[in-house]
Amino acid sequence: MRYLPHSDHERAEMLGVIGAANIDALFSAVPKSALKSFTLDLPAHSPEFLVEAHLRALSNKNHAAGNGPFFVGAGAYRHHVPATVHHLIQRSEWLTAYTPYQPEISQGTLQMLFEFQTQVAKITGMDVANASLYDGSTGTAEAVLMARRLTRRNKIVLSGGLHPHYRDVVKSYLKDDADLVCLSPSPQGQGDILDHIDGNTAAIVIQTPDFYGHLRNLKGAAEAAHAQGALLIVVITEVVSLGLLEAPGALGADIVVAEGQSIGNALNFGGPYLGLMATRKEFIRQMPGRLCGETVDADGNRGFVLTLSTREQHIRREKATSNICTNSGLCALAFSIHMGLLGEAGFTRLARLNHATAIKLADALDSVPGVEVLNKTFFNEMTIRVTQPAVSLVERLARRGILAGVPASRLLPGDPDVDHLIILAATELTTDGDIAALTAALTEELA
Amino acid sequence: MSMNTQGRPTGVGTTGTSASGSALLPDEPLLFEIGDTEHSGVDLPDVTLSADRLGGFGRKSKLDLAGLTEPEAMRHYVRLSRLNHSIDSGMYPLGSCTMKHNPRLNEKMARLPGFADIHPLQPVSTVQGALELMNQLSHWLMTLTNTAAVALSPKAGAHGELLGMMAIKAAQDAAGQSHRKIVLVPESAHGTNPATAAFLGYSVKPIPARTDGTVDVQAVKDALSPEVAAIMLTNPNTCGLFEPQVIEIAKAVHDAGAFFYCDGANFNAIMGVVRPGDLGIDAMHINLHKTFSTPHGGGGPGAGPVVLSAALAPFAPVPFVRQGSNGLELVEHVEAEALGRVTAFHGQMGMYVRALTYMLSHGADGLAQAAQDAVLNANYVKARLEHVFSVPFPDYPTMHEALFDDSFLKGTDVSTLDFAKALIDEGFHPMTMYFPLVVHGAMLIEPTESESKQTLDHFCDVMAELATEAKSGNAERFTSAPMKAPRRRLDETRAARLPILKWEMPVETPKAAE
Repeated sequence: MRYLPHSDHERAEMLGVIGAANIDALFSAVPKSALKSFTLDLPAHSPEFLVEAHLRALSNKNHAAGNGPFFVGAGAYRHHVPATVHHLIQRSEWLTAYTPYQPEISQGTLQMLFEFQTQVAKITGMDVANASLYDGSTGTAEAVLMARRLTRRNKIVLSGGLHPHYRDVVKSYLKDDADLVCLSPSPQGQGDILDHIDGNTAAIVIQTPDFYGHLRNLKGAAEAAHAQGALLIVVITEVVSLGLLEAPGALGADIVVAEGQSIGNALNFGGPYLGLMATRKEFIRQMPGRLCGETVDADGNRGFVLTLSTREQHIRREKATSNICTNSGLCALAFSIHMGLLGEAGFTRLARLNHATAIKLADALDSVPGVEVLNKTFFNEMTIRVTQPAVSLVERLARRGILAGVPASRLLPGDPDVDHLIILAATELTTDGDIAALTAALTEELA
Repeated sequence: MSMNTQGRPTGVGTTGTSASGSALLPDEPLLFEIGDTEHSGVDLPDVTLSADRLGGFGRKSKLDLAGLTEPEAMRHYVRLSRLNHSIDSGMYPLGSCTMKHNPRLNEKMARLPGFADIHPLQPVSTVQGALELMNQLSHWLMTLTNTAAVALSPKAGAHGELLGMMAIKAAQDAAGQSHRKIVLVPESAHGTNPATAAFLGYSVKPIPARTDGTVDVQAVKDALSPEVAAIMLTNPNTCGLFEPQVIEIAKAVHDAGAFFYCDGANFNAIMGVVRPGDLGIDAMHINLHKTFSTPHGGGGPGAGPVVLSAALAPFAPVPFVRQGSNGLELVEHVEAEALGRVTAFHGQMGMYVRALTYMLSHGADGLAQAAQDAVLNANYVKARLEHVFSVPFPDYPTMHEALFDDSFLKGTDVSTLDFAKALIDEGFHPMTMYFPLVVHGAMLIEPTESESKQTLDHFCDVMAELATEAKSGNAERFTSAPMKAPRRRLDETRAARLPILKWEMPVETPKAAE
C-alpha cells in the first residue's frame, strides 16, 4: 500500500519492542464481539491509475460550467481564478499545515490571516474581520446569535430577499424560536422589513444584492434599526459586488456576513466555501471564530498569533461564543491571494466588468418576447418572469447545452408566485456569444 | 522608524536588536507594505459604465486595497509559506488531530472540471456523476460504521456534532420527549462537545473519568434520568483509550430513553477494524480531514459527515441523494421538515472527492491496515518512551495516540510548554499539550500511520535526549526555545490586551519634544 511506510518485517520488529504477540493484542480493550467481526462490502486497495479512472468516469457524467453558456448564480458564482492561486495553495506548507497553534512555526499562515482580515475589513468598510467561518449561510446564523448576545434581545427579522437556504439555516439554528420573523419572499425587491422593527428587536438581516438581484437600501435600514436600538446585519452572497457598491460599513451596518467563494474559489458543487464576517470594534468579544492579531516575539520582532481565544470552545467549553473549532483556512488563503493579485485596480475593474456584462444580459433578455426582467437595480444578477413554468424551461435549455439560471421554485417549493421566475447571473466569464445563444434559445422555447 | 496608528513600530525587523530572518528564510513584509492600489496581477478590460443600474448605491468610500503583480505575489506567498511547518516537511505528532499524509491524487481529482466547475444549483440531470459520488461516499461511510444513514453536509467536525445533536433533539421532540434537557459529557471530552450541547440549550452534566482513564458505566448509570437527552462520548477517547465498557454504556443510555452521540474524531484508530454501529452508537461525525486525509489547509476547510442509526435516520437534514425513476435525485426539501438544513447547498463536495479517492486507494484492506499501523505506531512510541515519561493510564494498550504526563519535569525549571518549544528546535511540531484536561500536564502524541519506523525512532531519541537534558538542569535550552524557528516565543498576552487585528497605514513618529 503506497501510503503506508512499514514493511511486514518492520511491523514484526515493532510489535517485539512493544511486547505484543500480534496486532490484535493492541486492540484488547475492544469487546470481542466487535473486533473484526465482519466482512466489509467494499473493494480492496487499488493502483493510482485505476482510482483516477474511476473518478474521471464520475466527473465526465457532469456538465461542467465551462462546457457551454452558463448563467447560474443564486449564492455561488463562476469567476476566473488565476493559475497563480491554484499553484500557491497547493504548496505543501500551506496545504498540509494545521491550525497555527504553534505560532513560532506558523507565521506564514498567521501573517496571511492578518492580511486576509485586513482585506475583508477594507472591502466591507468595517473595523475588524475574523479569520473566516464555514460559509455565508452558517455565518449568517452565527451573526444572528451574536446580535442576540450583544443586544440581549431576542427578535430577529429576516428580509424576504435573504437567500432561502440562508433563511433555512438560521431556522435550523434557532429551532422553534417564536422570536424569529421570516418575511415572505420578495421577488419584486419590495421591502417592508422596517415595519417589523420594535423595541424587542435584536437585529434585522438584509441581503444586498438580494436573492433576486435587487440592490437594497442599507442606509435607511441602518437608521431605522438603530433608532430602536436594533442592529443591522448585512448579508452579501456575491462579494465581487463590493468592488462597485458602497461598503456596508459606510452605511451603518453592525455586522457584515459574506460568502467569499467568488474570489479565489471554484464552484465545487457548493463547497468548500468561505464565510466572511466583519463587525465594529466594540463588538469583537462577541464575535465567533478565530482571530489573528499582531504582537512581538521575545526578540521584539513583529509576529502574529491567534488571539482573544477566551471566546472559543477549547477554552470556554459550554460558555463559548460558538462551538466553531475551525475556519476555512485554505479557502481564505485562496481569497487573499486572489484579492492580493487584484488589488484595488483589479477588484474595481472586475466589478465593473461584471456589472457591464449583466447590463448586456438584462437588455438582451428584455428584448425576448415572453421574458420580463423584474429588476430596476442589480449588480450581476437578475430575476426574469417567463411565460412558461421555469423548471421545465430550464431543463429544456440544459438539454440544449445552456445552463440558464436557477428556477426560483427550486429554493422556494410550493410557492405558486415564483413558478415562472428564473434567477440569472453574468460574470466576467460570460461572453456576448453566450448571451446570444441564451436569448436565441429562449426565443425559440417561448415562441 | 514607522509607527502604526496604534503607536507601535511597524515593518520588518522592527527593533533592530537582533537580525531576524536569515539568508534562506527572509522576513516578509505585509502585502500592504509591498503592494499599492495601482499594482495588479490580473489583466482585465477597463470598461466604462455609461449608465449603471446601481440605483445610486455605488461606492463612494475608499477601498484602499493593495495589489501585487504576479511575480511579486508569487514571491510573497512562497516566502510566507516557508515560515510554516507542515506534514510534508516534518513529523506533526499533534494528538487528537490525525496529521496524516495528504495524497496528491486527491488534490488532482478534486480539481477535475466535472467536480470543481459544477454549480450546486444547476439542474440535477447535469450533475448525475456528482450525486453518484455522494452515494458512493455514503456507502463507504455507512459500511465502515455499520449505520443506517449518513448526513454528508456538515462543514466540519463541530458542525457535524451540532447536526447530530440537532437530529437527537428533533427525534425527541417528535416523540414528545422535549423535557429531556441534560446531556452527559465525560470530562475528557473535546471542548466542542459541551459547547455544542450548550449551543442547543442543553445543560451539560460532566461524567468523571475513572482512574484508568476510561468512563465508568456505573457513573453513567448514576447520571442517567428521564431528563437526560444524550451522552456525548468520544471513542477511542481523548486519552487514546478504547472505552472497554462502551457496549454496556450504550445499552444503559438506550434503556434510559436517551441517545448515544459518539464523537468520531478518533475514528482513524478503528476504521475497518471496529464498526461503531456494532457498539450501539446513534450518531457519529467523521472528520474527513482527519481520518480520510483531506488537507488541514492551515485550519480548514474541514468536513464532518454524520452517520446515523435507524432511529435517527428520519431526522437527517436536507439535502440527501436518493434513487428516482430518472436517475439520482437530490432531495432538497422535506414536507414535514424534521431538521431542515444546516448549510447552504450540499456540503463540502471538494472534500467528498478527496475522501472517496483516499478510500478507493486504500480499499477496505488498506484502511484496516492504516488503522492498525496508526495503533502500532502509537504503541511503539509509548513502549520506547514509557521509561522516560510517566504513562498516566498504563492499564490498557493505547490506541492511535500515546499519552504521557509532565511529572518528569517536577523539580526542574522547565514547563511542559518549554519542553514542547524545544522540540521545535529539533525539527518537530510539538505534541498536543495540556489536553485532555483530565491529566495534569498532558502530552498527547499521535504519530498516525504515515510515519516510518525510522522517523519514529528519531523522534523517540530526541524526546529521550530532551528529557535527560531537562532533568540535568539545563533549563535555558527549554525556556529560551525556540531559537531556530522563524520567530521566537510570541507575546500572546500583549496580543490579547491591546488587539491589533488588521494592518493600518503607518504614521511617521513625531519627533519627541524633549
